[in-house]
Amino acid sequence: MGNVISLDSILGLGELKAPADTPAPAAASGCASSSCGSSDGPADMDPAVWEKVKNHPCYSEEAHHYFARMHVAVAPACNIQCNYCNRKYDCSNESRPGVVSEKLTPEQAIRKIMAVSAEIPQLSVIGIAGPGDSLAAGGKNTFKTFEMLQKKAPDLKLCLSTNGLALPDHVDTIAQYNIDHVTITINMVDPEVGQHIYPWIFHDHKRWTGLDAAKILHERQMLGLEMLTSRGILVKVNSVMIPGINDEHLMDVNKAVKARGAFLHNIMPLISDPAHGTHFGLTGQRGPTAQELKVLQDQCEGGAKLMRHCRQCRADAVGLLGEDRGSEFTIDRIDAMEEIDYDREAARTYREHVEAERAERHASKAAAQADVAETVGTAVDPILIAVATKGGERINEHFGHAKEFQIYEVGPKGAKFVGHRRVDQYCEGGSGDEDALDTVLSAINDCTAVFVAKVGGCPSKKLQAAGIEPVDRFAFEYIEESALTYFKDYAERLGQGAVNARAGQDAVIRTGAFTAKRA
Amino acid sequence: MAYKIKASDCTACGACEAECPNNAISFKKGAYAIDPATCTECKGQFSSPQCASVCPADCCVPA
Ligand code: SF4
Ligand code: SF4
Ligand code: SF4
Repeated sequence: MGNVISLDSILGLGELKAPADTPAPAAASGCASSSCGSSDGPADMDPAVWEKVKNHPCYSEEAHHYFARMHVAVAPACNIQCNYCNRKYDCSNESRPGVVSEKLTPEQAIRKIMAVSAEIPQLSVIGIAGPGDSLAAGGKNTFKTFEMLQKKAPDLKLCLSTNGLALPDHVDTIAQYNIDHVTITINMVDPEVGQHIYPWIFHDHKRWTGLDAAKILHERQMLGLEMLTSRGILVKVNSVMIPGINDEHLMDVNKAVKARGAFLHNIMPLISDPAHGTHFGLTGQRGPTAQELKVLQDQCEGGAKLMRHCRQCRADAVGLLGEDRGSEFTIDRIDAMEEIDYDREAARTYREHVEAERAERHASKAAAQADVAETVGTAVDPILIAVATKGGERINEHFGHAKEFQIYEVGPKGAKFVGHRRVDQYCEGGSGDEDALDTVLSAINDCTAVFVAKVGGCPSKKLQAAGIEPVDRFAFEYIEESALTYFKDYAERLGQGAVNARAGQDAVIRTGAFTAKRA
Repeated sequence: MAYKIKASDCTACGACEAECPNNAISFKKGAYAIDPATCTECKGQFSSPQCASVCPADCCVPA
């Protein structure tokens, strides 16, 4: 295994021996931090919800550092048309347009899951998100896969994503298979807005268009959402932010889904490129910039909890969020593998170690935060910091190797993860180092500093020239504690006039899902 | 009378197969195809051919 946060690296962290019944990380007691998405745990989340999501990499900001999820592409059919989708490719609600997942039969999916779980004990979630809609065509493949999985590996969490049209018909089945997480993509709560996003839907044996289509879809989405939450099934809502069409409207969506019990709301940027052949791609509809996205997310804070670490991964993504190992497990290789049994013991050992480490982290974060609160006060505006990390919540990536930067906002109220910026060069081939550096600069242009394990002399100068301070003195330390320490120092320098506050900058969003492979 | 699938435009999503009331559509030799002997154009069953209504590629057409 590579050097990403592998099991070995976690187990190698001193003699972290978890007692058999490690208490849940309720150590959040001291963590009076800001409402940072879902990373706080019990302090600001219903304990029942936390129990369900704490090991779910897509839902818990903390878990996405430690656990892996896997999507199996068993559902190619869809029942609606979205203007940001080209149906030759994967559902762009959940994945990157322009990528075709390997379509699997339910049997192949099970083999693949077993093969992956043998390699990656971090695997805790199996999702079905396409490549079409998981509930279209009667949801046949989706439910068949879950049925087999429940027999083989009952401790894996199951989740599915849907556009919501067929949802009300399947809520009972969803409850029956113990699927405790459902994602619904809801881009509008007003058909007037919806008609510009959905050209048609297929419902009740008929193709509907225009306002009628949007109205039916909206009603079915709200009904499905209510039915799920009333049964205690967790619902995350995804929204695609489309500037000029639903950007401001998404605040209403946020309120509407919160009122109906959604526990997370994930606002994703529109991915639009003429090369994808989507309606929006062809009409030149642009996606939002990083700051536009962040401003909207900030405005929605306090509504349904926002999830900011979503990388819009591909429907057949395998691994920790942010690394895609799908290519190691192709159909050919899986078909060639022998029958593999699910190793529950390895998975359990791993989960125990993570529990212990998390409890420790909560305590040290709280201490660092108290220190900043005491010395800095509240007069200094928060800043953004870009972090090069391979996972494990540590600053452990070389600047030049980073395929993405995690963005933390740090201020008197604490440090919180607010998103990530991709800098991988997946579709432009042959661009030189110079261009690569420019890509990075434009992606993190709104940050005051960039934390790295190491950075070369030349990029270091360029960063400084662009007003972004390269910082390698926290190499291999924990991100949030380091950010707080840095902020304390920054506030001091600001007070002495040694640095200027960085305001009014914006950054460019790289389009497409994160598809970097581990080296 | 029957419908057919224009193979060149088909994305092989299988949506049509699930909607056909007469099980006239199947996946054979790597592609979806309509059996003209079984296809009724949905006459008497639905107001429009189901396969054509659900197809995202508009490639279910009269034969
Ligand atoms: S729901 Fe997904 S697959 Fe269906 S049209 Fe929309 S983006 Fe495409
Ligand atoms: S027209 Fe109707 S009967 Fe014929 S293939 Fe299509 S869905 Fe089946
Ligand atoms: S619905 Fe259309 S694109 Fe999908 S399999 Fe049938 S003919 Fe092909």
